[in-house]
Amino acid sequence: MEHYLSLFVSAVFVENMALMLFLGMCTFLAVSKKVDTAIGLGVAVVVVQAITVPVNNLIFNYLLKDGALAWAGLSDMDLSFLGFLCYIGVIAGIVQILEMFLDKFVPALYNALGIFLPLITVNCAIMGASLFMVERSYTFPESVVYGVGAGVGWALAIVLMAGIREKLKYSDVPQGLRGLGITFITTGLMSLGFMSFSGLTL
Amino acid sequence: MSEMSKTILIKPIFKENPIALQILGVCSALAVTTSLQVTLVMCVALTTVVAFSNLFISMLRNNMPGSIRIIIQMTVIASLVILVDQILKAYAYEISKQLSVFVGLIITNCIVMGRAEAFAMKNPPIPSFLDGIGNGLGYSLVLIIVGTLRELFGAGTLLGFTVLPTVANGGWYQPNGLMLLAPSAFFIIGFFIWILRERNVEQIEKNEFPMSAHTAEKGAH
Repeated sequence: MEHYLSLFVSAVFVENMALMLFLGMCTFLAVSKKVDTAIGLGVAVVVVQAITVPVNNLIFNYLLKDGALAWAGLSDMDLSFLGFLCYIGVIAGIVQILEMFLDKFVPALYNALGIFLPLITVNCAIMGASLFMVERSYTFPESVVYGVGAGVGWALAIVLMAGIREKLKYSDVPQGLRGLGITFITTGLMSLGFMSFSGLTL
Repeated sequence: MSEMSKTILIKPIFKENPIALQILGVCSALAVTTSLQVTLVMCVALTTVVAFSNLFISMLRNNMPGSIRIIIQMTVIASLVILVDQILKAYAYEISKQLSVFVGLIITNCIVMGRAEAFAMKNPPIPSFLDGIGNGLGYSLVLIIVGTLRELFGAGTLLGFTVLPTVANGGWYQPNGLMLLAPSAFFIIGFFIWILRERNVEQIEKNEFPMSAHTAEKGAH
């Protein structure tokens, strides 16, 4: 249990997807102008992350890994080079299914998250989490915890950022720095703050 | 080279730089720039992928049904990235280890998808190829500047050769450790955008809440 808790805390704070690993920056900068939209996108990322990382883990372990096809009688097959294609396919597919499912059964949630779902397919935080899961060879339960943790960390970062930017738009920023420039510098300062978690272990 | 191809090639480097103006593909720009060598490999990898994905997608553009074009684009891009990744693993294993997941993340790099969607879907193959190279170079320009600054001031070396001898090795330069950490990349790109926008005034963003002029002295009392 402790192991999973420690993995979760490290995924949220120590290896924060947005601020420490720079993943999902494009959406992070583009959709962090209002707290409400940031919360919507954050929740969508957590949900998608919690599904795609474990599914990709199963695909890697039972279809792609060296010798993983032993159950089909192909014990010397190594398909791991097909990884990228499979993960992005799984992500795109799951986002699409999730969109249809929400539209049909939970329309309220669909209206809240709907516009963010297509954005998520090309969010590198999602793809990045799957790739890190493969690189660090997590087991299935670990991949569930890591997926949720990585999603929560990213959501936390974008909500905090949106909070700062809502205040920032009233401030007197030098002309050339207005908008994108000051956002980068603010993100840098937040990342400096998150570095204080770097020694954290449970 | 005709005038038009030259414009297609040069424009994305300075005037419409994908990172500084369009905020595309920032993730990898920040993560791989701690040493110049890794940065250069990443630049070559990305430029190759953008150029060829633009070329192939442009060749296919008239046979693609609109509703599944994103999936087709993704497949083309992912196949190219797999090729690049396998080549790197075969010939530059150490560097591919340092780049870790970031080669794979070229797939979700917005520059690649963005150019495929915005340029290659509407233009013939050769201009699309040039546009890909131009955008790749625009991306490389920012990455190389950031990579040079970070390696030079963070470790006192460039491409592994000592430029500023550090105190630890008996020299005079006290390395700035912050340069090798995550926040410095944000600061450098932030300042880079500032400099670029001071030069190209039309890129400055509009102020949503402009400050009103100071109240006249008479009215204030």
